[in-house]
Amino acid sequence: MSHESTYVPSTGIEKWIDERLPIIRLGYDSFVDFPTPKNLNYWYTFGGILAICLMVQIVTGVVLAMHYTAHTSLAFQSVEEIMRDVNYGWLMRYTHANGASMFFIAVYAHIARGLYYGSYKEPREILWILGVVIFLLMMATAFMGYVLPWGQMSFWGATVITSLFSAIPVIGDPIKTLLWGGFSVDNPTLNRFYALHYLLPFLIAGAVILHIWALHVPGNNNPSGVEVKDVKKDTVPFHPYYTVKDGFAIVVFLLLFATFVFYMPNALGHPDNYIEADPLVTPAHIVPEWYFLPFYAMLRAIDFNFLFINSKLGGVIVMFGSILIWFVLPWLDRSKVRSMRYRPIAKQFFFLLMISFFALGYLGAMPAEGIYVALAKGFTLYYFAYFLVILPVLSVTETPLPLPKSISEAVLADKNQKGKAKSPAPITGGAQPSPAE
Amino acid sequence: MLKRLLSAAAIAAAALPMAAGAATGGTKPLKDKEWSWEGPFGRYDKPQLQRGFQVYREVCANCHSLKLVAFRHLGEKGGPFYVEECPEELGLGESTDCSVPSQNPIIKSLAAEYTITDGPDEFGDMFERPGLPADYFPSPYANVQQATAANGGAYPPDQSLIAKARPHGPDYIYSLLTGYPDGELNTIEVPPGNYYNPYYPGDTLGLMKEEYLDEEGHLLEDKIREDEKEGYVSKEGYIYGGAFKMAPPLSDGIVTYEDGSPETVSQYAEDVTAFLQWAAEPKLEERKGMGTYVMAYLFIFAGVTYASYRQVWRNVEK
Repeated sequence: MSHESTYVPSTGIEKWIDERLPIIRLGYDSFVDFPTPKNLNYWYTFGGILAICLMVQIVTGVVLAMHYTAHTSLAFQSVEEIMRDVNYGWLMRYTHANGASMFFIAVYAHIARGLYYGSYKEPREILWILGVVIFLLMMATAFMGYVLPWGQMSFWGATVITSLFSAIPVIGDPIKTLLWGGFSVDNPTLNRFYALHYLLPFLIAGAVILHIWALHVPGNNNPSGVEVKDVKKDTVPFHPYYTVKDGFAIVVFLLLFATFVFYMPNALGHPDNYIEADPLVTPAHIVPEWYFLPFYAMLRAIDFNFLFINSKLGGVIVMFGSILIWFVLPWLDRSKVRSMRYRPIAKQFFFLLMISFFALGYLGAMPAEGIYVALAKGFTLYYFAYFLVILPVLSVTETPLPLPKSISEAVLADKNQKGKAKSPAPITGGAQPSPAE
Repeated sequence: MLKRLLSAAAIAAAALPMAAGAATGGTKPLKDKEWSWEGPFGRYDKPQLQRGFQVYREVCANCHSLKLVAFRHLGEKGGPFYVEECPEELGLGESTDCSVPSQNPIIKSLAAEYTITDGPDEFGDMFERPGLPADYFPSPYANVQQATAANGGAYPPDQSLIAKARPHGPDYIYSLLTGYPDGELNTIEVPPGNYYNPYYPGDTLGLMKEEYLDEEGHLLEDKIREDEKEGYVSKEGYIYGGAFKMAPPLSDGIVTYEDGSPETVSQYAEDVTAFLQWAAEPKLEERKGMGTYVMAYLFIFAGVTYASYRQVWRNVEK
């Protein structure tokens, strides 16, 4: 939340700097004395975790780039040389490859938290939109990064996904040719993907700065969804309260990260990517990385023509639309109540959305046939219905539970309820808002 | 034209990523072997790696290349011939450090047993010389085309990464090598030059003898179950696996072990699987070793951070 600066330069040098470039003041006001709601739960630690993920990816990525060769005849081998002959190259590569997965685990948790607590609502629309931009950039970066090792899945994944662009009428084919730098996925494709894979993370970093800026103007949302009324009662300074809480969450997250890197580094990858790309041999199953599977399932769910839109274009529209729809979410959900804690009906639909998303992830990994496609259609329909129908309708029809007057009141109410839950007295289930921690 | 075909194939692939393969079922469930390198503290069994290398060298290397492995890799930490110190009986000077692969006497003599084509020399001619630790394993064929032609039209895949390039690689390799049936199956007919294996991801529908198909080409499941040997028919009634070009490479006694290990197909298969796992993942021991420290550090750090968190927040009503 924007607030009066409380920074007082304590040394001569700090004073000198402060008069010329108040960068220490900026850091102090943003990350030390920033008033933060005192009731943030662990779902709110993923922002910090994501910042760490981005840094890890950039550092390991720059080192990998020093050893990688972006040429179709050398790329696969150069990656293997990193694995075998570069000092700690295996560590860099496994960290980078699994880091992408960790990044997506964290970003999905972060987005789900935003959806649950209504963090996209006024006055945080731009904050939310910047988040969607970051997510799109992440997807593009991850996709192009997966092409670089030039394994079978790299090549065929690139072929399938870039071919999707040809579904766009009129400009589709030229776009595809531009992406390929020719008439098939080949060396020019690899080179431009490499250049872009190196560029986009810095665009992400820039968007992240804007994202944090946009966060620091209205301040954090919180699980109660009620704005800060009294800075003294409702908030604590970011440091040390949230540096230590986020810090703990980050270390726990790193434990998960390290488990993958050191003990199951290939568990999230596809074995076919250890086979060098061969344009003449198509793998039996072309599957994207796990974090794209829900969207892949939506793409394949559209296997029918709709009016003048053929199934291929329809699939592309649905796949991209499933994310683009987030841009207008703040205007689809008109309910004044942010947090689902106080929206008993919307909350149930929210959990159904989560189930649908996981189910789509599963279906994306299954063959596109029979029952799998039918189910994918159902879940895709629900996904869109949630945003386009359910939330707009509920904004009008739903009666929310009474909101607490302030964050500190919400905290007290929570506490009393927890106390009650511990006592043997019968609990009246159902309507009570359950804390989502 | 080729490129056009490719892009057509790509579009087809986009539209129906897996139309094929669904009809004929799958392979027999892999043998779930316990390997020494599994688990957080798993490590390679060095004598086993050495035996596995011997099997690779005497059997597999006749057809399969190992392009990503150099002789020196065998003498690196975690490799089959790594030694910390020079064996005393060799009487090597103190300046020799046998933990360095290029000075390791086993690696040096092993490399020298291979002939490497080098050059061009100052006259522009290629020449042959004994191998050095820095050389990579020479491939059995000059190129992919030659290898393909010599093996009935199927290229024997490079083995450097095979243990990671197949789902459940080690179990797959072991199962495949030990899975060839004794004698022929009753219900399928394998064309000459092809070999049936229940673990090979292929297609058995095309191999079925006529009497096991009805007029429309569907499997006569009951008859198949009745006539076929145990272990080759799936629950759904199809025959597991498929046929491919690799003849059963191992037979009892084909490799002579010096350490008295059993000279059986199963032992050979186990050993060569271990070697191939090492070839695909030579830094496994370094990785897991570092993992122990990283995890311990993070656990302690998490504890300290959590305690600090409780301490910092002790007076906040939350």
